[in-house]
Amino acid sequence: MSSAISTSSPGRLRLRLRAALRIAFFAAVVRPFLLVAIGLAVRHRERLPKAGPLIIAANHNSHLDTLALMALFPLRQLQHVHAVAAADYFLTNRLLKWFAVDLLAIIPVERTGGKGGRDPLADALEALDRGDVLIIFPEGSRGEPETRQAFKRGIGHIARRRPDVPVLPVFLRGFGRVLPKGDHLPVPFFCDVVIGEPMTGAGEGFIQRLEATVDALARETPSPDWA
Amino acid sequence: MTAMLSEIAAFFAGRGLPLPLVAVVGVILAGLVFASVFVRLRRPGSDEKAAAKHAELKARIRSWWVMVAILVAALVLGRTAMIVLLAFVSYLALKEYLTIIPTRRTDRVVLLVAYLAVPIQYYWVGSAWYGMFVIFIPVYMFLVLPAALVLRGETAGFLKAAGTLHWGLMIAVFAISHAAYLLAVPTPGSPEGTGAGLLVFLIIVTEFNDVAQFLSGRTFGRRKITPKVSPNKTVEGFLGGLAATTVLAAALAPVLTPIAPLPGAAIGALLAVAGFFGDIVMSAVKRDLGIKDTGTMLPGHGGILDRIDSLVFTAPLFFHVVRYFYF
Repeated sequence: MSSAISTSSPGRLRLRLRAALRIAFFAAVVRPFLLVAIGLAVRHRERLPKAGPLIIAANHNSHLDTLALMALFPLRQLQHVHAVAAADYFLTNRLLKWFAVDLLAIIPVERTGGKGGRDPLADALEALDRGDVLIIFPEGSRGEPETRQAFKRGIGHIARRRPDVPVLPVFLRGFGRVLPKGDHLPVPFFCDVVIGEPMTGAGEGFIQRLEATVDALARETPSPDWA
Repeated sequence: MTAMLSEIAAFFAGRGLPLPLVAVVGVILAGLVFASVFVRLRRPGSDEKAAAKHAELKARIRSWWVMVAILVAALVLGRTAMIVLLAFVSYLALKEYLTIIPTRRTDRVVLLVAYLAVPIQYYWVGSAWYGMFVIFIPVYMFLVLPAALVLRGETAGFLKAAGTLHWGLMIAVFAISHAAYLLAVPTPGSPEGTGAGLLVFLIIVTEFNDVAQFLSGRTFGRRKITPKVSPNKTVEGFLGGLAATTVLAAALAPVLTPIAPLPGAAIGALLAVAGFFGDIVMSAVKRDLGIKDTGTMLPGHGGILDRIDSLVFTAPLFFHVVRYFYF
């Protein structure tokens, strides 16, 4: 964990305990929930690289998005998968901070730019250099359920500074119906995870390319509207 | 060999499953083995389209294996297991239905109420409370759902929400629960395994009719029967399936159920017609929603509603015919 978050870095035993707890949480809670209450349909699973470094870029509608994307990976790989999340949201409350940082191992990022001149992306880049997987929601926040907002530039900064790391576009459908922003009671619906071909973050117009790719993935699954 | 067979028969008899029923299930498993071997041995054509078709057929047979294995396991475990399994099927079907229809965000809580109807309806099945079983969804949920919807206070799209929600409960929960109630319908004096025999008969005849109409349509199909709803359905496919299902039902009824061959044939014809309508009604729903399959749960088949669409129509009809004439 970054020294910017906790004043003393946790000992190895503590880190191991957290990793074990994370595996138990996914095996006993997240996976059964995704299996019974949701019923995840993963399209093009073969496109998911077996090992990092990797940046997953997905649309964002629900807190469940992070859990669903993490659950794509084998349990023992979980300790190398980190969602990048807003520090101002997840670090405000002690319980939420424990859940997000200690249990899910998210990497908090200051949305307003780093404090005290520290590079706000340092932790994220460090994780990529270790060969870990980053989950990034380029929309920045969950927004209206099942509607994609414009992508923000943050992911472009990370991708440009690590141009060799593949970016995997992913489209998520349905989680905004199961648990939208502002609701606390999940309602069961089938959800889709559509995995795209890995892209590289180098070059002009990366954000636009990424948006277009995610929208194309969205067209692979039907959306519930009257025809 | 004979000693082993009689031991197997004794095991199933101990679980309340009569020998003819076990034999029929054995024949189905043998048929699946045959289909698997046949598909595995046949070389797919060299072009891409034929290869995709071959892969789809393989996936479909694999899904059949899973479905049959789960059904047989529930059959062996007994009545409660079968009721829980069918309740889960209803839950999945309702979830699939709610996923493909548009729902309003204000109705989220009401959707949970609709889900709650699944365990309640199957509780009536499990406790064999017939009066409650037949009115709970058509009457009580019919009143509870709009009452709950109106408390949410959103009037735009109200009729669509109330109508589609109740329709979903009727097809996914009410209709399918009739298959489960077959286990409770035989009167106390009936021989052991009568209910299980009726259920297995219903499932075999319904699914056989699906396959028979499909194969006969593919072989002889010329005149389209409902060009706008389902262009693949033909008069020849329907009639061929009807004939085959009638013969199968006449032969199977005396083996599995208290129904004699002649009434068995009539019931087979009824189920063939009902199954046909169940199939094209679901096709019409999908066409209205602009989708090809209701889901992706069963590789090679589509969604669970794609698989049980005919059962939605055959189960209540078969149940009431049997209850009226035999118990």
